[in-house]
Amino acid sequence: MIRFEGVTKRYADASGADDGAGSLAVDDLTLEAPTGKITVLVGPSGCGKTTTLRMVNRMITPTSGTISIDGKDTASLDVAELRRGIGYVIQHAGLFPHRTVLDNVTTVPRLLGTDKRTARARAMELIERVGLDPAMARRYPAQLSGGQQQRVGVARALAADPPVMLMDEPFSAVDPVVREQLQNEFLRLQSELGKTILFVTHDIDEAVKLGDQVAVLRVGGVLAQLDSPAKLLADPVDDFVAGFVGRDRGYRALSFAAAPELSLTDEPTVRLGARADDVRAVGTPWVLCVDDDREPLGWVRAAAVETEVTRTLLHRGGTVASVSGSLRALLDAALSSPSGRGVVAGDDGRLVGTIRAAEVIPAIEARRDSTTEEATAR
Amino acid sequence: MTWALDHLGDILARAAQHAWLAGLPLVLGLVIAVPLGWLAARQPRLRAVLLTTTGLLYTIPSLALFILLPPLLGTKILDSINVIIAMTVYTVALLTRTVADGLSSVDGSTRQAAVAMGYGAFARFRAVDLPLAVPVIAAGLRVAAVSNVSIVSVASLIGISQLGYFLTDGYARSYPTEVWVGIVACLLLALVFDLVIQVASRVLTPWTRAVAA
Repeated sequence: MIRFEGVTKRYADASGADDGAGSLAVDDLTLEAPTGKITVLVGPSGCGKTTTLRMVNRMITPTSGTISIDGKDTASLDVAELRRGIGYVIQHAGLFPHRTVLDNVTTVPRLLGTDKRTARARAMELIERVGLDPAMARRYPAQLSGGQQQRVGVARALAADPPVMLMDEPFSAVDPVVREQLQNEFLRLQSELGKTILFVTHDIDEAVKLGDQVAVLRVGGVLAQLDSPAKLLADPVDDFVAGFVGRDRGYRALSFAAAPELSLTDEPTVRLGARADDVRAVGTPWVLCVDDDREPLGWVRAAAVETEVTRTLLHRGGTVASVSGSLRALLDAALSSPSGRGVVAGDDGRLVGTIRAAEVIPAIEARRDSTTEEATAR
Repeated sequence: MTWALDHLGDILARAAQHAWLAGLPLVLGLVIAVPLGWLAARQPRLRAVLLTTTGLLYTIPSLALFILLPPLLGTKILDSINVIIAMTVYTVALLTRTVADGLSSVDGSTRQAAVAMGYGAFARFRAVDLPLAVPVIAAGLRVAAVSNVSIVSVASLIGISQLGYFLTDGYARSYPTEVWVGIVACLLLALVFDLVIQVASRVLTPWTRAVAA
């Protein structure tokens, strides 16, 4: 657990006079980042989120207040030892350009005195674990893409198996597709490793996606709200948080609502190569096409099939919701489907059935009623 | 050509002397410039003082330095140590700025990562900043090498044996062939120095040739 207690960081004015009137970067912050959870610090530029992060490994010294890790005041620890016990991941990865991927990853274990062979064996394991080809181990950072470099950055931070990780906008410098991959893999890794993570981002969507709890900071380093992502979207404390959380929050909040047991409609299906007559025999304008494992491939418009169903005829716009997914995914599947019937697959990826938006709405309504009662009961 | 062949022994001996007088100061200068450059890169105020001072040193004419050093150091005027020291001063003058620039050129996120991983100031300098500054320092070293080879020839005016002797002697005897031999020998020596530095730099920086796969 990382605990901030009344932490303030004041920078001297440009004049250099430290008369207590300097600019406040962090203002009397009290916050707990629970063990094994991801705590996200989010806010506009100037809200002191990076300053807050860097005070944990003492790259910045707080003006007042204490920061403790598992009850130990960080100010009382040897600074090099403290830092070696904290994984640190930054934007652009900050890899050492003159060292191979393998040697980058072994940095902290080597500093801690682990012998080269042990450190390398462990590094190879991590390189694979973060989703890199082991052949990359001998390359230099310049030979990797931005996303790959970021994976190495994560592997390097994990190398000495630190209980605490600090991550400063680690996924901000890569393109949106790669960012989503990295985020998903990061969540998968975290579910296996259970590190205590403090994560800084300016992206509220990233914050609600990754955070077990999210701390919204306002300019001047004041904590505006600390809550679970669902609570943050459902119940922002003031206009600033509401504005920062952004539009569509009603819809986005559905991400955190597990899909209840809904009765799905059985969907007649065709396979690739099905003849036009068989497709039309189904009797609906859009027919769902599945592969040999009954995994949904896409919708095909019956009228468009001249001889047989081919891949090029498939409509790709529809999303597939998982039975164990969220209400948001369920509703989105229905809304994005050209037939109006949202495709739902099981955890094994096989088709379970379809559902219409009108059938999802009652589940959303029912959920609202129950959460409102909860709120009034408090 | 025949003159050069007839005097090959003498030319090689003087070339070896020249290489020693220009090369040793290069090594000594680098050894002194690295800590100075490190200080300059760490302290902005010190940087201004150090770089101005070393820059001024380079403006002292070499002949003046060759003559001024013996009384200052208590050495004999014909002692080659004077030349070694003078050339070391010039090398330091050229390299301090280069080393400082090279060390400051390390990418901000790389440095930040190094600090966050628990490198102390000296360990970071040795393991991260210095290796990354090698290409910049090597470039400065190449300039200093050529400059040293050229300046050392002036020492023939105070009677120190090296390739510059052929220039003064050839001029005194109005024998252009000898002057040309001196010039070509100096050029070749400078090329050898340049090559050695480039090869050393390449060996030390395999990562600079790693291109995106």
